[in-house]
Amino acid sequence: MKRLMNLRPSKGTAIFLGLLPFLLVAIMYLFASDARLAENPNDKLLPALTTFSEAIDRMAFTPSERTGEILFVQDTVSSLKRLGFGVLISAILALLMGIPLGLIPYVRNGLSPFVAAFSMVPPLAVLPILFIVFGMGEIAKVALIVIGVTPLIVRDLQQRVSEIPAEQLIKAQTLGGSTWTIVLRVILPQMLPRLFDAVRLTLGTAWIFLISAEAIAATEGLGYRIFLVRRYMSMDVILPYVAWITFLAFLFDFIIKKFTYKMFPWYTAGKETK
Amino acid sequence: MSLISVKNLYKEYGDNVVLEKLNLEIKEGEFCTLVGPSGCGKSTFLKMLLGQETPTRGTFLFEGKPFPKEPSVERGIVFQRYSVFSHLNVLENVMLGIELEKSRFFGKLFGAKRKEAKKIAMDMLESVGLENSAYKFPSELSGGMQQRLSIAQSLVKKPKLLLLDEPFGALDPGISADMHTLIQELWKKNNLTLVMVTHDLHEGFHLGTRLLVFDKIRHDPHAPDRFGATITYDIPISDTSETTLNKIDKSIKKREKNDN
Repeated sequence: MKRLMNLRPSKGTAIFLGLLPFLLVAIMYLFASDARLAENPNDKLLPALTTFSEAIDRMAFTPSERTGEILFVQDTVSSLKRLGFGVLISAILALLMGIPLGLIPYVRNGLSPFVAAFSMVPPLAVLPILFIVFGMGEIAKVALIVIGVTPLIVRDLQQRVSEIPAEQLIKAQTLGGSTWTIVLRVILPQMLPRLFDAVRLTLGTAWIFLISAEAIAATEGLGYRIFLVRRYMSMDVILPYVAWITFLAFLFDFIIKKFTYKMFPWYTAGKETK
Repeated sequence: MSLISVKNLYKEYGDNVVLEKLNLEIKEGEFCTLVGPSGCGKSTFLKMLLGQETPTRGTFLFEGKPFPKEPSVERGIVFQRYSVFSHLNVLENVMLGIELEKSRFFGKLFGAKRKEAKKIAMDMLESVGLENSAYKFPSELSGGMQQRLSIAQSLVKKPKLLLLDEPFGALDPGISADMHTLIQELWKKNNLTLVMVTHDLHEGFHLGTRLLVFDKIRHDPHAPDRFGATITYDIPISDTSETTLNKIDKSIKKREKNDN
């Protein structure tokens, strides 16, 4: 008998093992839900599957009586707009700041302490300021994501730029590059896939800020909805929304990863063998 | 006139003297190899030739003028590793030098000019034997091929001085013999002036036209940094006999033993 650490499951077993925890949680939920509902048919904490499908039908397939819009679609679109703009602005800002910070000593000495201090400010603590300055509209919510996410990406990119081997930068200078053309031809192209990586890893953080901002001040959005229906203990709406948010987060992670693999074959070439 | 002219040059880091009283003239077309025990300042000297370091005192002239204080196109470099661009394929790696020179703002050529650059780069790849790998990325190349690429990258700039920093140190013996042949060939064909640092004394003895040995003459065991290294042997390769080799080898080994 081999040691446990040397035993490898076959492909089929591996898939089954991967699905098993999901199945177990689902079965546990069904039993617990049944047990609670048997005791009190009006229990709202663990709704039955039929209640879920009713709620999903109401939110996602029936236009709202008040506005004529489908709430679920409206919530998703407005949340994704905020998230998209927030992350896009962060990525652009991070690229504009991270490369000079990593490459140019004057910029690094001048700005590094400030960036380090700024990134320590808890973004949620400045949320009230954002609401005061930008009002309760969209800008404040996008700004929260930008303030929360940009410093993370900036510091990551700065680190990556300074990890470029000195040999490469010297070589580029002997090939006739100026600071600007070296940024354009050597550093920027090497940083793009790393930027996508950084964005992917900070998406989770971006979601946190999005949902927090929506919970506090919004009139639609995924975060707004779950915090709104919390008042009625509508677990039948909250749980599908949470599942949907999780799925979206997973989807974006997957898409960005595939995109990076496709766009930058040289970047992943060394990684896949690891 | 000498290409490189060094008179009474010192390099110090605070109290640590790395090089002292260095005198050297290198003419165009020479192929010098620099050997010496580790920590003898041969790499520091190469960095000064490159513009990464500057001397503390002394005369240090390139074509009769003071050395430029940062790396420039006159001096090409091939490092032991990391000197090719991982995000460009082999052909683009060689084209980069042409593009950076011809397109001062974008560093990139388009259309007819790009075609022209491509042709020059292709010819260069042929002369180092990489024409069949033009569209591969450096990560797909072996160590020896990466060094060929790095040499091609530098040669496309037609540098007045090509510096090689232990270029074959990380290669298998068979491959590094191939590389010796290649570098000799390129040196003769392109009228290059080469300065190569190596830790392999035999390599230094059989390549090039002139062997320079860096070592400390004076040594204070209580303050090993008190005295710097200087050139202890400066011999034309035609003069190199087995006895000289053994003598130098012995003195280097002795120094390294003393230092440890």
